[in-house]
Order: sequence, then structure tokens, then C-alpha cells
Amino acid sequence: MDTTVPNLKPIIEIKDLMKSYGENHVLNGFNMVLYEGENLVIMGKSGSGKSVMIKCLIGLEEHDRGSIQVMGKDISELDREELDELRTEVGFLFQGSALYDSMTVRENLEFPLRRHTKKFGVIKDTTPLVMEALESVGLANTINLMPEELSGGMKRRIALARTLILRPKIILYDEPTTGLDPITAKEILMLMKSIQEKYNTSSIIITHDVDCARVISNRMILLVEGKNYIEGTFEELSISTDPKVQAFFK
Amino acid sequence: MNSIFKIIELFKNFLLEIGELSYFAGRFFKEAFKPPSEFKEFLRQCFNMGNRSLLLVAVTGFIIGLVFTLQSRPTLQEFGAVSWMPSMVSISIIREIGPIITALICAGRIGSGIGAELGSMRVTEQIDAMEVSGTNPFKYLVVTRILATTFMLPVLVFFGDAIAIFGSYLVENIKGNVSFLLYFNQVFNALEFGDLIPSTIKTFFFGFAIGLVGCFKGYYCKKGTAGVGLAANSAVVFTSMLLFIIDFIAVFVTDIFYDL
Repeated sequence: MDTTVPNLKPIIEIKDLMKSYGENHVLNGFNMVLYEGENLVIMGKSGSGKSVMIKCLIGLEEHDRGSIQVMGKDISELDREELDELRTEVGFLFQGSALYDSMTVRENLEFPLRRHTKKFGVIKDTTPLVMEALESVGLANTINLMPEELSGGMKRRIALARTLILRPKIILYDEPTTGLDPITAKEILMLMKSIQEKYNTSSIIITHDVDCARVISNRMILLVEGKNYIEGTFEELSISTDPKVQAFFK
Repeated sequence: MNSIFKIIELFKNFLLEIGELSYFAGRFFKEAFKPPSEFKEFLRQCFNMGNRSLLLVAVTGFIIGLVFTLQSRPTLQEFGAVSWMPSMVSISIIREIGPIITALICAGRIGSGIGAELGSMRVTEQIDAMEVSGTNPFKYLVVTRILATTFMLPVLVFFGDAIAIFGSYLVENIKGNVSFLLYFNQVFNALEFGDLIPSTIKTFFFGFAIGLVGCFKGYYCKKGTAGVGLAANSAVVFTSMLLFIIDFIAVFVTDIFYDL
């Protein structure tokens, strides 16, 4: 993977982010910048606050302190409508795919399209957009299937197609390869790479899969106890002698 | 001493739950009148709840009518009051047995279903996905379901009542050779609007309670499959308790009006 950052214009900036659940301080002053066109991998142990951080980023969780700027907008200052509008630019791939069980693949893809009417207007025939998104993940033949009829890897691809259908500028991936066999995980990684090249998206990838980080990252941040522990390229981090960093690469 | 603290703790948790449920109900009223209406989803939920509970309500209603008549017949016969059977059965069913039994069945069938469905949606992050998709999940999932149970329960109760009275008629027809016309003539002669209106009004409250508790338990379900099971289970237990409380209040209030 080419590790140079194509453009140095910040698209997301997080400063001194704090989040606690009672006495449990999950995020303790986390800082981060994502640049346009960049793939930023955030690694950390389970419970280190990675998933909470991206949920704060998209407004699914309210942070206690600090600021989150997404495309120049402070998300804590946005009302519901403005936040929804911003969410059309930020796609989110959930860890467990989060496909709606009661809907077919087509309905799953149509759902955000019909809801975010401000971006595309009211679309009468959604089929071309649905088909294009499905074709980009190589699953056009699944359009009428229910999520229960799909394998884990297929579900992840459909979820990716659902994310792509709104043509977001940023995609947040929460553990994109967790729970998948190595071959399917590699396919998903290749798909993520091709999507980034095709749509020129910027991405934050939450993972503890070193292979995933090697293939996809331009830059990495290691999160320990809710704070940035170390930052750098995959190559830089992989040769680090710090035991906490090495623990991930061994 | 320890058990006293445990009881105090349990009572405190119960009050906290009531407080949270009241807040949830307040949020429902706030969101229910805001656009967009989610009317299509509301209709889908009405169809799901009504259609899927119809057979269960029909079978239960029929058996209740049948058994109630079979059990009461010997006693009424002893006093030479079998001719009072249609009046007694219809008033009991319309005023009390029909609404409460149907509501309890729906608490088990619909309430637990809502609890489990929303619980699993919470656990699998489908609710978060909905939020990211520009949809207010509270409005789309909770408001539509509470409205659907509120409006469908009276329909189901009405249907269950009719089937129960029909079951009672069958027993009377077989045992006492009473004709359909005579039986139902006596049923309608015995019934007044004063019987029908309060019982119909309370079924709206029953429906609201079933939807509210089911949605509350599911929407705030704890993580994991155990959380989903707990949400479904506690939805039924809490709703059943709430139904009896509502019923008690309804009877109490109706009684005041009767006294006037």
C-alpha cells in the first residue's frame, strides 16, 4: 500500500475527546486528524475506546468533553437535521453489518436513499442506484434475498454497499474483518481498497487485525486506555521496540 | 437487616424503572405529533399485530365462552336461572373477561415480540444503523408500534368478545336447544352502552401499555443474547402487572360513574 497521504487537507479533527460511563473513563483526551483521501487505522485492545470514539464521531454517542470537527462542522453544535445532513457524507460500516432483518437486500439499500432526501431529492426509481452499489461489491444477484440467506462475508459486502449508496466522502469501518475467515477478510480488504480508489473516500478503520492495517493504512494510531499512545505509518510502528506496540505485531 | 436493605434496593429500582418508563412515555407523546408521520410503517405494524394475533385471540375467546358457559350452567340450573345465561355471559365478557384476557394474551404475543425484536435490533446495532441512515429510530420503531398496539387491541378485544359469545351460544344451543336469534336477542337486550364504552376505552389503555412496555424493554435492552431474552421476558411480566393495575383503576373510575 502506498503510505503517502495524497492531500493534507484535514477532513476530521478530534481534540481532547473525553467520554465516561459512570466511573469508567473510556476516552481520556483522544486527539486525531484525518486528511482527505487518507486511510487512518486505529488499533487498540478490546475496551480501549475505539468503537466509542467512532460512535462519538458520527453522533451516535455524546462525548463529555473535547471537540469533533467533521468537514469543518462541530458536531456537538448541530441540530438533528444538520446532523442527518452531515451523515450523508459519512458512511458507517458496523461490526456486525447491522442489516435490517425484516427487509430484503434491496429494501436495506433503499432505506437510507429514501430517508436522506436532501442529498438526492425524492427518487422514484431507486433500482439503478441499488444495482450500481450492489455491483460495486460484486453481489448484484442477491437483490431480492433476505439477510438471513446471506453468509457473514456477503452481509459485510451488502452493508458496505448500503454505506456506499449515499456516496459518502468519509467511511468509518468498525472492525471490518472481525469474525470473517482469512480469505473473506482479504476479499473485504481488497474491496475497501478498490472503493477508496474508485470513490476517492477518506476512511477511519477500527481494527486489531494487523493484516488489515498493513494492507489498508496510510497512517496508524495506537489507542491505549482512551489516549493516543503512538502514531505513525505501519512500517514505523512495526519496527518499534515499545512492548505495548510490539504486542500487536507479534 | 440485609433483607431489609435488599427490599429497599428492589423498591428503589422499581421506582427508577417507573420513572424511566414515564420519561419514555413522555418522549412518545413528544415525537408522535412531529413530522414525518411514518404512516406506512404504522399500517405495517397494525397488520402484523392484528393479523398475527387473530387466530390466537379467536381460539382463546371461543374456549373461554365455551368453558364459562359449561361451568356456570349447572349452578344457574340449580336456581332455575338458565335463561339468564346470555345476559350473564355477555356482560361478564364485554365488561371484564374479554378485555383482560385478550390484553394478557397480546402482552404475551405482541409485547414479548416487540421486546425481543427491538432488543435484537439494539444488540445487532440495527437501531444505530437506522439513526445513521437519517431516520429517527424512536419515531420509526417505537412510536409506530405503540400506536399500532393502542389502536389494534380494541379491535382484537371486540373480535375476541364476539367469538367468546358465539362459543357460549354453541353450548346453549347444544345443551338447551336455544336458537341463535333468541340467544343473541337476549345478549343485546342485556347489554347497554354503559357496558361497552368503558370497556372499550380501557382497551386503548391496555394496548398503549403493551406497546409502551414492550418498546421500553426492547429499546433499552442490555447487550448480548441474554439481554434480548430478558427484554422479552420482563416485557411480559411488567405489562401483565400494569394491565391489572390499569384494570383496577378503570373499574374504580367506572364504578364512580355508575354511582352517579
